[in-house]
Amino acid sequence: MQTKEIAVPTSSVTALRKPDPLGDTQMTISMGPQHPSTHGVLRLELVLDGETVIKATPDIGYLHTGIEKTMEKEKWQQVVTITCRMDYLNSMGNDLGYCLAVEKLLGVEAPPRAQVLRVLLTELNRINSHLVWWGTHGMDIGAMTTFFYAFTEREKILDLFECVSGQRMHQSYFIIGGARWDTPPNFESLVYDFLGNFPKFLDEANRLLTGNRIFQRRTQGVGKISTEDAIQWGLSGPSIRGSGVNWDIRKSEPYSSYDTYDFKVPVYHDGDVWSRYLVRMDEMRESLKICHQALERLKEPGPVMSDHPKLKLPPRDLMKQHIDVMIHHFLLASEGFTVPIGEVYFPIESARGELGYYIVSDGKERPWRVRVRAPSFINLEALPAMVEGSLIADVVAVIGSIDIVLGDVDR
Amino acid sequence: MPEPANNTQPNQSESQSSGQRPPNQTSRYADASLLRSQFTDTVDEIKEALGEVTVIAKREGLIALMTYLRDEPRLRFNFLSDVAGLDLGEFATPRFAVVYHLYSLVHNHRLRIKVYLEEDDAHVPTVSSVWKTANWMEREIYDLFGVTFDHHPDLRRILMPADYEGYPLRKDFPIKGY
Repeated sequence: MQTKEIAVPTSSVTALRKPDPLGDTQMTISMGPQHPSTHGVLRLELVLDGETVIKATPDIGYLHTGIEKTMEKEKWQQVVTITCRMDYLNSMGNDLGYCLAVEKLLGVEAPPRAQVLRVLLTELNRINSHLVWWGTHGMDIGAMTTFFYAFTEREKILDLFECVSGQRMHQSYFIIGGARWDTPPNFESLVYDFLGNFPKFLDEANRLLTGNRIFQRRTQGVGKISTEDAIQWGLSGPSIRGSGVNWDIRKSEPYSSYDTYDFKVPVYHDGDVWSRYLVRMDEMRESLKICHQALERLKEPGPVMSDHPKLKLPPRDLMKQHIDVMIHHFLLASEGFTVPIGEVYFPIESARGELGYYIVSDGKERPWRVRVRAPSFINLEALPAMVEGSLIADVVAVIGSIDIVLGDVDR
Repeated sequence: MPEPANNTQPNQSESQSSGQRPPNQTSRYADASLLRSQFTDTVDEIKEALGEVTVIAKREGLIALMTYLRDEPRLRFNFLSDVAGLDLGEFATPRFAVVYHLYSLVHNHRLRIKVYLEEDDAHVPTVSSVWKTANWMEREIYDLFGVTFDHHPDLRRILMPADYEGYPLRKDFPIKGY
């Protein structure tokens, strides 16, 4: 059968498209809130011209649970059980930020062993959070396998958390004044096993996704944001370090003795999805370095809880002998403690960026106001600046690259 | 404007603040004293507590103050960390405060700016022209506290549904249902 050759015009798609009778070439679609790539319940209102995004408007609030309001009715120590529910992938970091802020108001410092535990567990949590990001980011772009590899590895970290705190996701292990209890005897060897095996996983991950040419083509040059824009939009964490800003709160305003640990801050300069990807991949290795150093320091025994009389429950044998100790215990357990009048803003480096707690105390046993500067909320705000003008398929890649957690966005 | 004095408003007294810097805190706060001479009309007071400097400002001239803070080479607050709303209590006057936390990526220091607002006159100019990131944070305060921001490009509710009535983070908003 002989086919007749047809002259196809160079811009065939545009030529074949029928002109809209109303002269309207733009289309508005709603992406989400049930879209699998939005990691939760984010809705994007996209105005499209063909496949090009003209305007993107994030619509959030589907997961708003009024956590800041709830905190005002809980006692100081009880708030720790809510903080980890905001950014559920970085739960240890959320607890840590709150505890440090209240400790600053109280003028208390956690004992050295508690600080080491805090560093070790938040860094493990950072790896955990980055693993979920890596798995889902790859999956969004079309590499389904990454998800299973990442979650297998993440399971081991969750087991460590379960071992130390009894909880896998919402640990509430850090409390004001230190940590809830000391580690179980086999904890160190379990962490050691994990740290020993993890570099192998990272190499595998690099072979699987980083070196993948399809993945590189989908991410390089996509979702660009310049250094100036990144600062103007208030990006923080790996997202701003992908735009060439060397800023990590663990280095610039160290807390929990981070200044005594040896680690580097990875910075990439292109400001695209690929740069942000590389920052997080390198961060996992740096976190691993910190974990090794912390594990070394964990060999030193010591108390894990400050002996500030407001924070530590009195010992049981004293309680049986003295009525005033008994009363103190009863009041601490039933009414909680008060915190001096004052206000404090405490920023820490969460897995997503600057997590700040602005806490106002009126001198009572409940916080007057707890404001959370949620990094996901502010990073998401910059999304339209990154996606407008690019293709709709790239929106998915960009959402993955800013690594939002909707629990953190909506609170 | 006189310094708002009421018992519910949390203020750190001078005696508590001096020399009592908690050991586990390394945030540096900028020296705000050069604002005193430049912005005599806008800046009411500069306080230091727990190593954190708070500038109490009026909303008149706020944009000029913020632009100065961003551009002055000695300060260079190019990064807006946070804008927080604060309800000082149902019966307090002034009732609301909008609290800005600024950070300088150049000098690695911070500063807190606080603007007090009366309940029946709760509006403040938007700083989203100085830092774009203020847009959503101001929308959140509008949504949860009912403070309006003048000349804001897109002042809509952000977390609560668009047809919602009431301002959840106000102190008179019930924490349980009616």
